Amino acid sequence: MLIVTGVDQSYKEGGLWTGTRRQVLSSIGFEWKQGECLGIIGESGSGKSTLGRLLLGIERPDRGSILWEGRPITDRKARAGAISAVFQNYTSSINPFYTVEQALMEPLKLLRKNRREDNRSAIDRLLHQVGLDSSYRGRYVHELSGGEAQRVCLARAVSTEPRCIVLDEALSSLDGSVQMQILELLKSLRTVYDTGYIFITHDIQAAVYLCDRVMIMRNGRIEEIVATGDLKETQSPYTRKLLEMILA
Amino acid sequence: MNSLEVSNLQIWDRHTGRVIVPDSSFRVKQGSCLALVGESGSGKSLTCKAIMRLNKAGLSQSGDIVLDGSPLSQLSEKEMRAIRGKRLCMIMQNGMRAFDPSCVVGVPIRETLSRHFGWSRDEIAARMAEAMTSVMLRDPIGIMNRYPHELSGGMLQRIMIALAIVLEPDIVIADEPTTALDTIAQFETIEQLIRLRARTGCSMIVVSHDMAVVRRVADDMVVMKDGVIVEAGPVRKLQSDARHEYTRRLLGAKLALQQHFQAVMGGDSFVDRNRR
Amino acid sequence: MKLLQRIGQDKLSALCLLTISAVLIAGLMAPLLAPHDPEEVHMELRYAASSSEYWLGNDHLGRCMLSRLIYGIRPSVLAVMAALFVSAGIGSIAGLLAGYFRGMTDAVLMRLCDVTLSFPGYVMTLAIIGILGIGLENILIAFVLIKWAWFARIIRSTVMQLADAEYVQFAKAIGVRNRTIIVKHIIPVSLPDIAVAASSSFGSMILQISGFSFLGIGVQAPSPEWGMMLNEARAVMFSKPELMLAPGIAIVLVVSAVNYLSDSLQIALDPKLTASRRTRYEEQRKAAAARLQRKEVV
Repeated sequence: MLIVTGVDQSYKEGGLWTGTRRQVLSSIGFEWKQGECLGIIGESGSGKSTLGRLLLGIERPDRGSILWEGRPITDRKARAGAISAVFQNYTSSINPFYTVEQALMEPLKLLRKNRREDNRSAIDRLLHQVGLDSSYRGRYVHELSGGEAQRVCLARAVSTEPRCIVLDEALSSLDGSVQMQILELLKSLRTVYDTGYIFITHDIQAAVYLCDRVMIMRNGRIEEIVATGDLKETQSPYTRKLLEMILA
Repeated sequence: MNSLEVSNLQIWDRHTGRVIVPDSSFRVKQGSCLALVGESGSGKSLTCKAIMRLNKAGLSQSGDIVLDGSPLSQLSEKEMRAIRGKRLCMIMQNGMRAFDPSCVVGVPIRETLSRHFGWSRDEIAARMAEAMTSVMLRDPIGIMNRYPHELSGGMLQRIMIALAIVLEPDIVIADEPTTALDTIAQFETIEQLIRLRARTGCSMIVVSHDMAVVRRVADDMVVMKDGVIVEAGPVRKLQSDARHEYTRRLLGAKLALQQHFQAVMGGDSFVDRNRR
Repeated sequence: MKLLQRIGQDKLSALCLLTISAVLIAGLMAPLLAPHDPEEVHMELRYAASSSEYWLGNDHLGRCMLSRLIYGIRPSVLAVMAALFVSAGIGSIAGLLAGYFRGMTDAVLMRLCDVTLSFPGYVMTLAIIGILGIGLENILIAFVLIKWAWFARIIRSTVMQLADAEYVQFAKAIGVRNRTIIVKHIIPVSLPDIAVAASSSFGSMILQISGFSFLGIGVQAPSPEWGMMLNEARAVMFSKPELMLAPGIAIVLVVSAVNYLSDSLQIALDPKLTASRRTRYEEQRKAAAARLQRKEVV
């Protein structure tokens, strides 16, 4: 479904006329299959956030290609409604001047699928599915707690019934108990909507809990891609070091 | 002997009249580490800032804070400034925001050390170099000449810990030291905090919402919910025998996650290495 | 509209809004409102004090001060406002494009701004007047040609921060067009900044026009203009100070009203700031209600 081949990405350092470039990603190539949950695990500086932006088509890679069902992901029409995202910073994930209702309406309006009344009941349904009640419709983002805001972002992401949701460190800013709740919610939404995830994180335990396959990244390169069940038999020394350092 | 005793601490917002912390009392034993645990908004960070009297202008506090027998609540701002850093040191949550982005990291460090001890530049450089090497930072002089945005979160945390080593305070308050870090940096920061305690013999207050960190580093624990202390006691005892339902919920929050992980890893071989 | 409601909540800003609206309407309807012809000379009434027929008295040529004040709104306030909108508009569009699209667009527009800003303001205005000739329209053209770069810079820095925000990234990710993103997300959120920049400019623009008329290169006699009226009263500043009072106070009032209104506009446009001004009763009521129906979901 989503095929990444030979992707390189670098950023210019310094001013407009200097030439130094910092290599962020090198030779990234992998495949995301329909309906699977792929975890991308890496430390800060491994390039996983940049990869997230490339997978969403927000940025173009210097080299290589990212194809969604054969068409380039940067083509707006190719990915409209099929791919969605939830980000780490829930305070800036929703327009601060929008109410919850307006935020949820945005992707629905984009697809212009239903009439207004259908959209309104769709919003109620979405809120209930993520565990919030209809009283949240008129609230602004700064009035919500972290868990509530992230749930709204999740509701907004599933509203178009996408094939794939990219979760870019979606749990990292939340408290422990809230993280568990959102993880459970993600699991249940997966069965309801039959959607797949690309779960970018540095929390290995959460990735193992949710994902079928994990991809370990290091310094902009793929260290290895392995099924979750085969993680304990990994031969890579970096992966072993990561697993040992998990605080329990 | 108690390093720090907090009695009847109350924090309220002067503008709205809202009481954030109604009545907190706890103590930190000499040489031990106390963890303040709770979810976001429970008042743990405010309590720490109240100990150092660094809350925002709109927040008022009352109550007794006694540091090694000397009361802090009546001290003037000037006297308080002499104590901050030298006897009460704070390690912030987000290293990127804790340092002034417009000057290199060495500038506030030199300022602090010369203000408290009056050392010369060379002596400061020598002591900081030694402390930074002990927290596994290579090229200490180079790091001191870099800007905060050029260093990673983990490195900035370790710089703050190195500064604490040099200051040799009585109490170190670490406000969510691992929340903004990734796996490897978290592990190393916790290691450094444990070593800091062993090396200087100071007492510690660690604020966290992550129970794994608390289990590793703390002896005693205070659980806060909405500004109120719901339970307190030794970590070992609360882990097996917590009486309040909220404490049990916090402790067991990520249990399913950890058990699943252990099952996938096929036994305890990886995780056990971290257990004390 | 919700916006007007929020502005109305603060008594002082409601007063400012009324004042400014009254001034604008008076300026537009000057022929209907002014009691006398502003340019009609009555030499026998020179320096007359206020009377029942001439409410504010007469100036050095016997002309009605009140009528001149009302007619003076047109160049002093209305024309300035028009110039302000045009320059703020051009500057905001340039800043928006530069901040949102970055890259080459940003580089080119910013170099243009740099060139424009490197000329000193007054000198440029004088130079343009020298080329185009004396007159109010030419002063306003000069303003627009210079001020747009200032707006562009300010808006660009705001938009650059906004364009990096996650909600814009989300909109791009799900396939919203660039122009829809700009209209729906960037412009509304940067409107408070544009409003504040524009209104602080308004005050200085009025004063500059008054200054140029004072110097004699702006509005020409006998057309009324507040700055010119100040100039004419200068000659008798110590013997008849009341002649300076009317135009002086008018300028101060309008500029202060605009400044204060822009502050409250910024607060009214931002839901975060508006919420924090709700009454304590409202907060307590909401807190009580929330406690009653709190679910264990965080």
